[in-house]
Amino acid sequence: MRFLNTILTKFLAVAQGVGEMLALLCETVYFFKEAPRNLTSIFRQMSIIGIGTLPIAMLVALFVGMVLAVQTGSELARYGTQEAIGAIVGISMVKELGPVMTSLLVAGRIGSAMAAEVGAMQVYEEIDALKTLEINPVRYLAMPRLIACLFAVPALAAFAMVVGVLGGGVVADINPKIDVPFSVYYDNMIRAMGYREILNGLLKSMVFGGIIAHVGCYIGFKTTGGARGIGESTTRSVVLSFLLIMVANYLLTRLMM
Amino acid sequence: MNPIGSFWTKLAHGFATDLIGADVCQIGYEGSDGVSIEIKNLNKSFGDNHVLKNINLSIKPGETCSIIGPSGTGKSVLLKHIVKLIDADSGQVLINGHDINETKDINKNLNFRYSMVFQSSALFNSLSVGENVGLWLREKRICGEVRIRRIIRENLERVGLAGKEEMQTAELSGGMKKRVAIARSLAMNPDLILYDEPTAELDPVASDHLAKVIMSLKEKVNLTTIIVSHDLSFALYLSDRVAMMHDGEIIVIGTPEEIKKSQNPIVRNFIYTTTKGIQEEKE
Repeated sequence: MRFLNTILTKFLAVAQGVGEMLALLCETVYFFKEAPRNLTSIFRQMSIIGIGTLPIAMLVALFVGMVLAVQTGSELARYGTQEAIGAIVGISMVKELGPVMTSLLVAGRIGSAMAAEVGAMQVYEEIDALKTLEINPVRYLAMPRLIACLFAVPALAAFAMVVGVLGGGVVADINPKIDVPFSVYYDNMIRAMGYREILNGLLKSMVFGGIIAHVGCYIGFKTTGGARGIGESTTRSVVLSFLLIMVANYLLTRLMM
Repeated sequence: MNPIGSFWTKLAHGFATDLIGADVCQIGYEGSDGVSIEIKNLNKSFGDNHVLKNINLSIKPGETCSIIGPSGTGKSVLLKHIVKLIDADSGQVLINGHDINETKDINKNLNFRYSMVFQSSALFNSLSVGENVGLWLREKRICGEVRIRRIIRENLERVGLAGKEEMQTAELSGGMKKRVAIARSLAMNPDLILYDEPTAELDPVASDHLAKVIMSLKEKVNLTTIIVSHDLSFALYLSDRVAMMHDGEIIVIGTPEEIKKSQNPIVRNFIYTTTKGIQEEKE
């Protein structure tokens, strides 16, 4: 009986959390109409997310593209089909690795910072202060972050895709085991890839960006208990973002097939 | 002043307004009148902890009322009920005769403004001192940018922080943060201002300076003031009336003189402590 009670309590807590997240999402989306008068705040968030994450995202994408080319290329070379490497690296980077890898990077770097910042504001009464100043905290804090992530994460992912593909192309060209000239690599990639693939990748990263901002803000708003609570919120936001990104990735991949 | 920072500030808060000189304010910003507050049978529990027990309190327009008592007796919770940061389990908070729990946007619909100075000051770290003070005016688009800058300057002068607009909040001391928080509240030109433990974490000199700032406001502006504090000297010096809370109840209310002469053993025990209390007056 006690076991059932525990299960029921956990289930109710999860259901309440999901309900609260949906309610916050609806409220945030409702305030999109106020975006034009919050452009400064949105651009500030975009610069934090985009410019701050760009170098590391490009570096990681470069090495992921190179590793992908080395591993796939050497296997393909055994069967003499290494010319297909352009298509494989391109499709992988654009449809999967670019969006997912960039989003995980942003979730770790920016999502956690959002949860910590909003959480600290919650703990140190700044959100209460906003309310007494008649400023809706969702409009002031969550809406600009969500909009910024919706645009900045696809932009980052686009850079990551290009750099990853270039990294793969360079390795394919200079690695003697693969030995596919860059022009062949490029032609092969272009033949295999259309606008649909690129749009799929960008749409995915847009959804992932939304997840990162929404989770960061939600966890931040729910923070209690001082410095320890802020630390816990940071961890929780990263874990929840990773989980939701993976689930959303599967669902979106199925939908877009 | 950092020229890039200054350019950014102007870009963010109105570059063009400098040229066209938008020195106007919306109707309703000017003038400040105190409000009457009536709290009736207010109750609040957090789980099994009954924090507020049947609170009844009446405050007149323009009055300065302090709520004193030991930590954990529900003083701050009571304050947060007055500004609707917490909803009551039962009871009413009437401001100018209107039940605030039945009104959605109380500042807008009840035609008065309130503001609160938090224990932690609650300044926004991402904003400069001037941006903190002018936040409400800019967000609500109450005035033109030129006028907003003038209001920021005037309110910082009022609290003894003239010319500190460009400073970052991280560079401020505890006392300065408190004064910026007061300036931010005053920028709303409120009819009701609430202070939650204004002297917490301040040294005696900073507390004294703060008391002088609040006293000068009391003399110049006819606003209703509620101060929650366990700093006795501070509360008795500033208040027209003092209410003492104990274990979620208001056990005594009266003028500072009446409080000092109270025969209630809890009040006497709180006031005439050996280390931090005030000196007992001889009859």
